Amino acid sequence: MSRVLVGVKRVIDYAVKIRVKPDHSGVVTDGVKHSMNPFCEIAVEEAVKLKEKKFIKEVVAVSCGPTQVTETIRTALAMGCDRGIHVEVSGKDYEAMGPLQISKIFAALAKKEEASLVILGKQAIDDDCNQTGQMTAALLDWPQGTFASEVTIDGEKVKVVREIDGGLETIKISMPAVLTADLRLNTPRYATLPNIMKAKKKKIANMKPADLGVDEPPTRLAGVKVETVDDLVAKLKANGTI
Amino acid sequence: MLIHTMFPASRYSIQAQRCIRVLKTVKADHAPPQLYTWRWKCSSAVTPRITSHYTICPRDKDPRWEGVEMERFADEADVVIVGGGPAGLSAAIRLKQLANEQEKELRVCLVEKASQIGAHTLSGACLEPSALNELFSDWKERGAPLNTPVTEDVFSLLTKKYRIPVPMLPGLPMNNHGNYIVRLGHFVRWLGEQAEELGVEIYPGYAAAEVLFHEDGSVKGIATNDVGIAKDGSPKDVFERGMELHAKVTLFGEGCHGHLAKQLYRQFNLRENCEPQTYAIGLKEVWLIDEKKWRPGRVEHSVGWPLNRNTYGGSFLYHLNEGEPLVALGVVVGLDYTNPYLSPFREFQRWKHHPFIAKTLEGGNRIAYGARALNEGGYQCLPKVTFPGGMLIGCSPGFMNVPKIKGTHTAMKSGMLAAEAIFPKVTAKDLASETAGLHVPEYEDNLKKSWIWKELYSVRNIRPSFHSYFGLYGGMVYTGVFYWILRGKEPWTLKHAGLDSAQLRPAKECTAIEYPKPDGKLSFDLLSSVALSGTNHEGDQPPHLTLKDDSVPVANNLAIYDGPEQRFCPAGVYEYVPLETGEGMRLQINAQNCVHCKTCDIKDPSQNINWVVPEGSGGPAYNGM
Repeated sequence: MSRVLVGVKRVIDYAVKIRVKPDHSGVVTDGVKHSMNPFCEIAVEEAVKLKEKKFIKEVVAVSCGPTQVTETIRTALAMGCDRGIHVEVSGKDYEAMGPLQISKIFAALAKKEEASLVILGKQAIDDDCNQTGQMTAALLDWPQGTFASEVTIDGEKVKVVREIDGGLETIKISMPAVLTADLRLNTPRYATLPNIMKAKKKKIANMKPADLGVDEPPTRLAGVKVETVDDLVAKLKANGTI
Repeated sequence: MLIHTMFPASRYSIQAQRCIRVLKTVKADHAPPQLYTWRWKCSSAVTPRITSHYTICPRDKDPRWEGVEMERFADEADVVIVGGGPAGLSAAIRLKQLANEQEKELRVCLVEKASQIGAHTLSGACLEPSALNELFSDWKERGAPLNTPVTEDVFSLLTKKYRIPVPMLPGLPMNNHGNYIVRLGHFVRWLGEQAEELGVEIYPGYAAAEVLFHEDGSVKGIATNDVGIAKDGSPKDVFERGMELHAKVTLFGEGCHGHLAKQLYRQFNLRENCEPQTYAIGLKEVWLIDEKKWRPGRVEHSVGWPLNRNTYGGSFLYHLNEGEPLVALGVVVGLDYTNPYLSPFREFQRWKHHPFIAKTLEGGNRIAYGARALNEGGYQCLPKVTFPGGMLIGCSPGFMNVPKIKGTHTAMKSGMLAAEAIFPKVTAKDLASETAGLHVPEYEDNLKKSWIWKELYSVRNIRPSFHSYFGLYGGMVYTGVFYWILRGKEPWTLKHAGLDSAQLRPAKECTAIEYPKPDGKLSFDLLSSVALSGTNHEGDQPPHLTLKDDSVPVANNLAIYDGPEQRFCPAGVYEYVPLETGEGMRLQINAQNCVHCKTCDIKDPSQNINWVVPEGSGGPAYNGM
């Protein structure tokens, strides 16, 4: 029971009004206030809490993206993570990147770092995908405790109380496992200035997706708009989906 | 508050629940009508509790704070700078340039309340590159974002429907030849990058909340804000004390009407030989306009409509040249206005409907909004700027050249002069100082010998010349005659009218102003404007707009002046709402909307509002304003 990997994502701050770029290729991000995804903050807090309760020895914060994500990793370090990993992806590759590539990266890192737990936020507030945690677990063939509102470690197993549509579900899964944090899991602590100063001395390792054996994200094909449901069914039959 | 409903509930639900729980407790404990007994100032009126900040309700007598660890972590630097604006960053850069030249070690720490450098910066702006040329002679190669040289300069006197052109003669202070239209937020961000490269430690997201003093009364440094205090003033689970940063000299560059500077003026009696500072509020928007209307490098200024001749103010509209057809535009209103029914925000919105302005904006889209107070006092209002352990730089003491409407170049220069005065003292091997915190009066001497002083002296009489019966016209005539011909060499110095907060006339003596409804295309309502500023604060914290006495707003501001704060606040923080029980009104403070403009602290006729800094990284999220 030694190491936990926590994923943090740098997203546009939730209070900022989003503006679409004039060429409609995306949203304006240059100079816009960014911060750590709120669910990732909760994930970091849970990992640090587990370390404080002595269930785990080391918390590693991981983020994928351009150089600016190191600020987000520093915040995670200031909250109590021990070291960081920055998987560098920038420019067009970063814009094309989706949960599948991220989960491949996390799966490779989880194996490399011999992590017992991977804790992620349930979803990011910019894309609301809610896929990375589940895909990572599938790629690793690990059990998953998603939408966690309570996590308790019990020997070699983890008891997770999940928030589902019908209410609360309690499951017991064995480690290693993937957990995704939901809103009521905890209240994240502040990253105070003395901790930010200390975090500057903590290590952030730098690597590329290729170093982990993850290839380029495929170019995304354009979508097609259809007029009626019948057209949709016909198209799906034509390309063999149904 | 409507602003809550615009954002996903997920982040707010847990906090909203906590807030509701807390407010229920407060309501139960202090349900109106009831006398307050443990507030240090008793009010006899039926007043619901508004202020819970520890600067008004001390924590040492508060039973909820018993046993809470109040020790602070402390760190030492050579120089600490409060404020990451043009002045603070120029001072930091100059210090490090000198340190690198002379191969000396120097630890410079800069704290900034915004979440990132430039996020709280707002200005027109037409930058005069004089100070920048002195700081970085190679600023072009370093990529400073000065992309729009001024190509045309237009000045108008507006009436309700028409425009009277005023010739821009060379020599008039408003002439902009050789200057650049900049997005000051981006310029400040670039300065921040240069500073970090030189080795300055920059900490955005941490506000300096308290000045620390040595035993001998000199300034020891600052302490950053505490975090994790609930709205009712009690400690939360995540409570943590701020950190102390000690320094040999502390530079205060908080910008116009800084809250720590306010304390320092009182502590060291820095304003005994100058007039009280007078201010204006500037409201600004950035628009993406129709390409056919775009004329990059064009600078337009106007005076007159919609303000009457006795209300100082004017407008600006600058065409930027940064790829997209952007214009920065806004209105400045002097805060010495007398009519409590005046709303600077609504004046700004209706000004946009003037045909001369509307024709540029038609078919365009508004993409940003913000507001900030600025200095109007100039030479007559300069305080003493040095004291044992520290000094004031930039717009905080106030070096803005009012008729030029430029303060960035003088703010930068003041920062550089401060750095040059401090450097020999902080790196000296044997520091022979009378006080524990260094006193560097050489800074003030250097200021007086520099071009800042000459510039401010020559324009000193222009702003006060507006105070006659002829108002605007008197001012324009005075500028034309005395400034253009004599360049400020006249032997007299005119006085300002006094404290801005004392200028309001009672509501019953004034006529209410009928403002047109916003049309949603050129003019907009307040709340959607505030949403564009990106402002937000942690909801569960004591409101940072503190009232010295909770009963004064209804008893004085509302009763005599019809609640001017609900009109002058550009963010809708202050609202007078009916009491839930019984008759009467109460003041509701929507602290989360605050854009940190400081207008309320300046203009409150009762001087009851004391703006203190909220938890760091709260406030607007301006991008290149």
